Amino acid sequence: MGKLKLKEHLINRDWCKGCGICVHFCPKQVLELDDKEKVIAVRKEDCIRCKLCELRCPDLAIEIITQKEDEDE
Amino acid sequence: MNNKIKFVQGNEACVEGALYAGVDFFAGYPITPSTEIAELLSKELPKRKGKFIQMEDEIASMAAIIGASLTGNKVMTATSGPGFSLKQEALGYACMAEIPCVIVNVQRGGPSTGNPTHVSQGDVNQARWGTHGDHSIIALTASNHQDVFEMTVEAFNLAETYRTPVILLFDEVIGHMREKIQIPEEGELPVVQRLRTFVQKGVDYHPYLPREDGRLPMSDFGSEHRYNVTGLFHDMWGFPSNNPKVVRELLHHLVDKIENNVDQITRHKEYWLDDAEYILVSYGSSARSAIHLAKNRRERGNKIGVLELQTIWPFPKELIREKCAGARAVIVVEMNMGQVLQQVKCAVDDPASVFLANRIDGELITPTNIKTLLRVIQGKGV
Amino acid sequence: MANKKYNVKNYLRERFFPHIWCPGCGHGIVLGSLLRAVEELELDPTNTVMTSGIGCSARISGYVNFHSLHTIHGRALAFATGVKLAKPKLNLIVPMGDGDALAIGGNHFIHAARRNIDITAIVMNNKIYGMTGGQFSPLTGYGQKATTAPYSTIDNEFDVVKLSKAAGASFVARSTTFHATESIDFIKRAISHKGFSVVEIFSQCPTHYGRKNKKGDAANMMENYKNSTVPIGSKKLEKDPSLIERGVFVDNDQAPEYCDEYEKIIQVASKGRA
Repeated sequence: MGKLKLKEHLINRDWCKGCGICVHFCPKQVLELDDKEKVIAVRKEDCIRCKLCELRCPDLAIEIITQKEDEDE
Repeated sequence: MNNKIKFVQGNEACVEGALYAGVDFFAGYPITPSTEIAELLSKELPKRKGKFIQMEDEIASMAAIIGASLTGNKVMTATSGPGFSLKQEALGYACMAEIPCVIVNVQRGGPSTGNPTHVSQGDVNQARWGTHGDHSIIALTASNHQDVFEMTVEAFNLAETYRTPVILLFDEVIGHMREKIQIPEEGELPVVQRLRTFVQKGVDYHPYLPREDGRLPMSDFGSEHRYNVTGLFHDMWGFPSNNPKVVRELLHHLVDKIENNVDQITRHKEYWLDDAEYILVSYGSSARSAIHLAKNRRERGNKIGVLELQTIWPFPKELIREKCAGARAVIVVEMNMGQVLQQVKCAVDDPASVFLANRIDGELITPTNIKTLLRVIQGKGV
Repeated sequence: MANKKYNVKNYLRERFFPHIWCPGCGHGIVLGSLLRAVEELELDPTNTVMTSGIGCSARISGYVNFHSLHTIHGRALAFATGVKLAKPKLNLIVPMGDGDALAIGGNHFIHAARRNIDITAIVMNNKIYGMTGGQFSPLTGYGQKATTAPYSTIDNEFDVVKLSKAAGASFVARSTTFHATESIDFIKRAISHKGFSVVEIFSQCPTHYGRKNKKGDAANMMENYKNSTVPIGSKKLEKDPSLIERGVFVDNDQAPEYCDEYEKIIQVASKGRA
């Protein structure tokens, strides 16, 4: 069993209402709102996959996709 | 229970009718003069694996039967005056969401707490328009206990056929008086079962798309089709919509499914109408006095007949117009300030020939009360 | 828990998304927690009925792919009682707003608790009537601003936990939208619990309550949930008794459940011992 690593921040831009909760609570400041007030992952490499953004997103618009470390893209 | 002769209160006859129709679920709240219905069903339903629940108020009772109906149960609640007022909110929901259910209102004097242990027929208009907004409704009544039994069965049949709440408008005299009834054999009276969808699992089911005949097959909560039920205007899947076309078409459907079937829905009884010069139009316990008077006068050579209404809503206008066309005068006999009178006046060709014989003091209207008015109309003096 | 993979969309009616709730509304977080709880429990949607009343909270029933019964204001628990007693095998989940559950629906709430009927009530407490534009509710509390309390409220609030406990609920818990994993856990336990269960979840309304009472944006309101609440029995309470306790306050699996008791009545009645 390989360790889990981040594959991507799957963000549903149609559902995101730009409330900023995920940005505010991200422990590693990975997320920001862009000029359209939608969330984007600007520092993906810092993500620790805590998934608090996913669990606290009121729009069900973020999903943290992970994969095993030894798996290929 | 086969072909049994019983000596019962009207409320008990109603319970017998409900059991014959296959009632599965009753929710209620005690209120005079309807309480015996709840008491009897609390005893009888569990014997048949049926459900009885005494709720915290009449609002909750009405809500609970709607919930139970959605699981596929035949459901009923019973109440009177103030309780009927409380049920109006959820009754409107049942109209909008098209939930089959039966509501018994054993009428007592009102407004408000009124005259709890005395008779009245003051809820005729409330049965029609008690809940807010345009809608149509079915309300039935009866003047003797055999008819109470049969109209109760009919109420369940109509509720299932038209997916609508059906109101049984009894009154205190009918509810509490004792009389003989004969319980029909199984199969003797028709009992309508719920129409369920044939749509298979995985195929789109439209709970609110009427078939060509206007009927909507249902799917029980807990079976394969998961859909939405709401009191908002809704589309064919049951999801809220304020699209003007959806709103207009749904409201038309709710009204048309009843108003276009007045002939199928209407039940009435006729006594000596063929050559009647004077027609008494009545219903419920007051019809008993009307029939008694007419019989009595017939024996003295007076050409009097009685048209007894068993369906109050939708109001059988055509029937009234036709039957009363040849009469010199029509007397509406009821125990309110003229609620059916207004309907009859609208129905007949000559509204000026329609009179009201009523009693509103909590006492049953007597044949003498009616006769007094009849003699005035006939120009015979009191 | 943090690395658990959820697919909330399995239970969603995606065609109605994005949902109608305002940006930052806590109700979406409660919906997410509820769906994750349902997923972890592997509830069969065919055996699950969600009943709701009226208000922002009530729209939740339209978004989930269960049997959904969107009813009238305050009456959801009475409808749910009918569904449950008629078909006890169904899981009944009833999300409610604070006004829905405890003002117009207060009587139904305490009586459903008293019967201990197996229904899961989720009180999404945002301290305000949101859908009608920000009037105070029975959970707003003293000294707050609302459109119907322009000079501030003089009404006291209910304590949902104490009320539920006193009324006879056999599972009672409280959490907040900040504590989303805790909420998932409490909702799971509430649904699994046989009997009437109540989960109160503080859910921010930044649009009305927050704005009127200068509570900042959604994130600030959630920060406030973090700072103003503590787990049951926390030492911090000694220093600051104004802190609100979170956790499971009642979990009684011995209390007789209503539908089970009714089955016993059927047994007695069918033997003719009425």
